[in-house]
Amino acid sequence: MVLLGTPNAESSRLYAMTVTEGDPSWAGALAGVALGLPVYHVMEEAVKTQVAPEVYEEHIALMEMVLEAADIAQAVQAVRAHTG
Amino acid sequence: MTQTLEQPVIRGVRFFLAHTPGLVRYGSKPSRDIARDATIADAIAAHLRSYEAAVAYPPNRAFLGHIHPDTLAAMPQPWFTSAAPGTRWGAHGEIMPEEEFYGILKICDAFDLVHLEAGFVEEARAALSPHPLLTPVDLERLGTGFSEADIVTQYRGSLPALPLYLRNGRLIGCMQAAHEEDASLAADVLLENLTCKASAMMAMRTLLVQEQLDPLALPYMLNSGEEAVGDRYQRGGGNLAKAVAEMCGCQAATGVDIKGFCCGPVHALTVAGSLVSARVFSQVAVVGGCALAKLGMKYRGHLQCDQPILEDVLAAVAVVVSADDGVSPRLRLDALGRHTVAAGSSQKAIFEHLVSQPLERLGLHFTDVDKYATELHNPEVTEPAGSGNVPQLNYRVIAGLAAMRKEITPAQVPAFVATHGMPGFAPTQGHIASAVPFLGHAVDGLRDGSLQRVMLLAKGSLFLGRMTQMADGMSLLLERNAAGSREEKRQ
Amino acid sequence: MKLQGKKVIALGERDGVQGSALAACAQSAGAEVVLETTYCFV
Repeated sequence: MVLLGTPNAESSRLYAMTVTEGDPSWAGALAGVALGLPVYHVMEEAVKTQVAPEVYEEHIALMEMVLEAADIAQAVQAVRAHTG
Repeated sequence: MTQTLEQPVIRGVRFFLAHTPGLVRYGSKPSRDIARDATIADAIAAHLRSYEAAVAYPPNRAFLGHIHPDTLAAMPQPWFTSAAPGTRWGAHGEIMPEEEFYGILKICDAFDLVHLEAGFVEEARAALSPHPLLTPVDLERLGTGFSEADIVTQYRGSLPALPLYLRNGRLIGCMQAAHEEDASLAADVLLENLTCKASAMMAMRTLLVQEQLDPLALPYMLNSGEEAVGDRYQRGGGNLAKAVAEMCGCQAATGVDIKGFCCGPVHALTVAGSLVSARVFSQVAVVGGCALAKLGMKYRGHLQCDQPILEDVLAAVAVVVSADDGVSPRLRLDALGRHTVAAGSSQKAIFEHLVSQPLERLGLHFTDVDKYATELHNPEVTEPAGSGNVPQLNYRVIAGLAAMRKEITPAQVPAFVATHGMPGFAPTQGHIASAVPFLGHAVDGLRDGSLQRVMLLAKGSLFLGRMTQMADGMSLLLERNAAGSREEKRQ
Repeated sequence: MKLQGKKVIALGERDGVQGSALAACAQSAGAEVVLETTYCFV
C-alpha cells in the first residue's frame, strides 16, 4: 500500500488518484495507468492508531497541529471510496 | 594570550530582477512540455505579462524594497490584479526589461556564444547607455551583431543553438553551444549559467555603487547559486564567483562557490561571517545568481486558472559582510542553527535544530525574534499549482513548535504567524527565495530600530541529487548593532 | 487496514511529512518499506 505525507488536501487527492486510477494531470508515467493501490495518509486515524506513539509524537504530531489534517484525511478517504 | 575575534556585520544587500517572458519557454517544465506538444508554446505565450505588469506586481515591489512584505497581507488578492503602477528602481534594486537583459548577457559573454541580431544590438545599446551601472567598456562588448538570416542559419545549424525571443515572439538572437558533444557545454546549460553570471553581476554592481563600496577593497567573493558550471570532465567545477568578481571590477578578489541547494546563501553568509570574524578578510561578498530552470515551473496551474504566468522574472542577490562598523546588523555566529546528520528528518527535529537550539543558547524565547525569514515563495505562484503556501506552512511549524514548548498557547498561533512571519513574496527562484529576500528589509529595520532580531532560516532538498535521503537546513540570527564597535574577547 | 506485514511505498513531501519520517512510522507498525521518496516542489 501507499503511505502519503502530503501537506494539503489538494496534493493529497492528486497523489491518491495517481496511485489508484492514474495520474489525473495526465502528465507523467502514470497517466492512464490504474495501479489500484490502497492509499492512506499518515495522519488518518486508521494509520495513526497503528504507529508507535513515541514515533508518531516525534515525526507527525507537530505537523498534525500545523496542517489541515481533517481535510487531508477526507480527501484521501474520498479517493478510496470512489475507487472502491 | 587572548585572541580577539571581529564581530561581522551585514554591511549591505541589494537585489536584481530581470523580467524575461521570452525565456519562460526555456524553463525546465515549459521546455519539456513544449517538446512533447508544440501547441503549449502558444498557450504560454498568450499568458505572458508585460514589463509594466511585472513592475507593478506587488510581490516584485516587495522584493525590490518599494513596499514592506507585511503590507501584502492587507492588499486584495489576487495581487496580480493590482492596478497601481510601479517604478523600475526600488530601494533595494531594479527590475530590468528583457530587451536590456539580453544585452547584459552579451556583455557578460566571454566566448562569443551569444549571437544577437544587429538591429537588436543597436536597440539594446541605446536602451543600456543611460544605465547608471554600465560603462562604455561594457557597451563595447555588445559588438555589432549578426544579420537575421545568419541567426536563423545558426540555430538551425549542425551545432545546436537556442533561438532567443522576446515576449512578442520576435527573434533577437541565439545562444550557441560551446561543444558539439559535451552535454555540460550545451546551449541550454550555458544560457542558464550565463544568466546566473549576469544577474549576480547586476546585483553586486548595484550594491557596490549604491553603498559606495570600493570594488578594489574586496578580497573574496562567494557565489551561492545552484547552477553547475563546468564541462564533461568536471561538471560542477564552479567558481562562478570569480567570473562575477571580474565583471564587478573586483580586481583584488578571488572567489569560490558554496553549494547547498536552496540553503547555499545562508551557508555562504555563515562562511563569510566566519572569515571576517577570524580576520582572514576585512570583508567578503556573497552573491547568488538566478534560476533559469525555474521559469514557468508552475505554469500549468496558472494556465488552468487562466491567470498570467507569474514565474517570468530572474532574481539575484548580493550581500557584503564586513567587520563591525557600529551601525550595521550583527551576525550572531555563536547562535547558528544547523540541521545535523543525526537530527533526522522529522519537521520537529529540523525546526528544533534551526530555531529552538540557537535561541536556547542565547537564553531567548521564540517571541524574542521579531521576524523569522523562512522560505518566502510567493503563494500566488504555488497555490494554483497545488503546492500550497510554503512560507505560511513554515511559520505555522515555528509557531506550533513554540506552542509545543508552551512558550505560546495554541490559540496564539495565528497571531504569532502574522506578527513574526510575513506573506510570501519572492519569485520561485530556488536558493534566492530562501530567507534572503527579506534581508533588505531586515537590514533597514535593524538599522532604524524597528527590528531588534531577525532569524534567517533556509532549507535544502539534498535528496533531489540522489546522493542522500537527507535534507539540510541552516539558520542565522541577525541583531541590531549596539552603538559603537566592540570586539569579543575569547580565552 | 492492517500495516503489519504489508509492503509500503512511502511518498513523502519536504513541506509535509518526509519519506524517512513516513518510513519510521510504517516500520513501527510492523510494515516493510519497499520504496521511500521525498518530493520537493519549489
